[in-house]
Amino acid sequence: MAIWLTKESKVIVQGITGSEGTKHTRRMVASGTNVVGGVNARKAGTDVDGIPVFATVAEAMAETGADVSVGFVPPAFSRDAALEAIDAAMPLLVVITEGVPVQDTAYFFNYAREHGGTRIIGPNCPGLISPGQSNAGIIPADITGPGRIGLVSKSGTLTYQMMYELRDIGFSTCVGIGGDPVIGTTHIDCLAAFQDDPDTDAIVMIGEIGGDAEERAADFIKANVTKPVVGYVAGFTAPEGKTMGHAGAIVSGSSGTAAAKAAALEAVGVRVGKTPSETARLMADLVG
Amino acid sequence: MDLFEWQAKELFAKYGVPTTRQVVVTSIDEVAAAADSLGGGPVMVKAQVKAGGRGKAGGVKFAPTTADAVEKAGPIMGMDIKGHTVRTLLISEAADIGEEYYFSFLLDRANRNYLAMCSSEGGMEIEELAVERPEALARVTVDPVAGVDAAKALEIATAGNIPEPVREKAAAVIEQLWQVFVGEEATLVEVNPLVRTPDDDVLALDGKVTLDDNADFRHESVHNGYRDISATDPLEVRAKELHLNYVKLDGEVGIIGNGAGLVMSTLDVVAYAGEEFGAVKPANFLDIGGGASAEVMANGLDVILSDPSVRSVFVNVFGGITSCDAVANGIVSALSLLTSRGEEVTKPLVVRLDGNNAEEGRRILTEANHPLVEQLDTMDGAARRAAELAGKAA
Repeated sequence: MAIWLTKESKVIVQGITGSEGTKHTRRMVASGTNVVGGVNARKAGTDVDGIPVFATVAEAMAETGADVSVGFVPPAFSRDAALEAIDAAMPLLVVITEGVPVQDTAYFFNYAREHGGTRIIGPNCPGLISPGQSNAGIIPADITGPGRIGLVSKSGTLTYQMMYELRDIGFSTCVGIGGDPVIGTTHIDCLAAFQDDPDTDAIVMIGEIGGDAEERAADFIKANVTKPVVGYVAGFTAPEGKTMGHAGAIVSGSSGTAAAKAAALEAVGVRVGKTPSETARLMADLVG
Repeated sequence: MDLFEWQAKELFAKYGVPTTRQVVVTSIDEVAAAADSLGGGPVMVKAQVKAGGRGKAGGVKFAPTTADAVEKAGPIMGMDIKGHTVRTLLISEAADIGEEYYFSFLLDRANRNYLAMCSSEGGMEIEELAVERPEALARVTVDPVAGVDAAKALEIATAGNIPEPVREKAAAVIEQLWQVFVGEEATLVEVNPLVRTPDDDVLALDGKVTLDDNADFRHESVHNGYRDISATDPLEVRAKELHLNYVKLDGEVGIIGNGAGLVMSTLDVVAYAGEEFGAVKPANFLDIGGGASAEVMANGLDVILSDPSVRSVFVNVFGGITSCDAVANGIVSALSLLTSRGEEVTKPLVVRLDGNNAEEGRRILTEANHPLVEQLDTMDGAARRAAELAGKAA
């Protein structure tokens, strides 16, 4: 099974003809993803390595039956690209693009909420992978194989690090939800999906400073998650008022600190590691 | 980017939000001319720092005349408010205040939409009001798709219990503030106080605005014009020129890594390890991102090595898209590039490479055999070694 992305998924790439879009399309195909098309209005009718390019998302869906779109569109055009996918009723939209203005994200996320319910992952995220099945985004497919751990993380490279640490056990699905202040899919959405996924036995949740998503995830775990959860939070040493790379990673006043997040998770029985390696060991002890 | 009050009010004026006339000065010599240009008083003399509590710190004074403004300005200029030195003063017309209200639009991260907050009880104690009597501070959800029209603005003013005689006027101001919020792509627009004058006018007397840096590309003139370089660390300014994602911190171990989350995590792991070695701490945050070319690595190392407080450097890379052989080549050529620039490298580098092409990357560094470069297999181990080296160098 896995969540949201399986070997049955048919993927299109918005921005397939751009350099990043083409590069990562090739990587996705190489890792076994069924990429059925791409979208670029100005290059409709051409192809990328034999993958047809369509003028619109709607046309691509009609022709191919695509149910996942991965967006590599530059920040200035991400909003329109997302709205196009939402209007076409694309079930899953993965926005990889970094640097999307937050009001654009707020707009297309709420537009999706009001118009039928495209699930959006990102922006500013590495996408998601169900190892051995499909890979929608830029997560390297060769780090680890299929297994029974679910992973949700705001950060790309910490996702890779954790996959690497637990490579001998393997993962059902790894979701990089992104580090922006507004993201389409949250820790809670992933926790709920992993809880319901018969092929996931345990969950690793990686958070970072900023906002209160981890605190709310802790409340959700207490009420709804019976599978074991191991956590990690980055940014204990981050000073107040400085943005640490991710637009959303900022401590303001007493809110958003790593200590508060770790404490909230521990209070509901989540075992929280001090380092990524220690977190991986906690998980290995649980399922190993 | 957080704006100064004078910048916020300048943006308010651009969108027609009623506010007071103002002049910005950066020296005491300019205060008299500024006050005269506003009619010779009464004026307010206000410290311009990006920190709350200016009034309580004595950084905001009323001056009935120009002479009084000059006198009041003296002690404010150069004053320290919560670690911020006052270098700029705002001289603004003093308004007759009948009542003080509070208003803000902000990004609501948790609900992924916007929030309007409004209260008829504004002024200096708004944080306490929010805690002690939350019911007196109305919170109205704003849908980013629907936005704020006249009816929504009136709903907000009504929820905030703005008195009937000025409610419509306040609603009109709220609509204009919404235009500031979306027009300038802010994540916060706050007015405290929003005042009612004895003549039943509504004026924004103070403003706090945070702009979205991701939207810089659509607002280059405004955003660049408002960037305050004087308050930024010189190493951060230089890193920004080199397009590096760098934040200066207060420690001894220089950090280079790829990916914001991994770098944040690296800072933590170094700080934990440092407890054992004289409490050394990370000296910076530096994310070299996906494409770690030799040039990016050289620029990054250059900035970090020019930080006098740095005693050792930890390069922590997990090759996802980035290939570790490129990173290793980057380190090797960065070191020779710095040497050829005449900058002698004397601080030890601890390198940990994992992931994509890690073996090849490690081999390149082993063969280069640079006397200052040491490789370790794990992130925790390498962090410990970097902290140990920084501790020893003390």
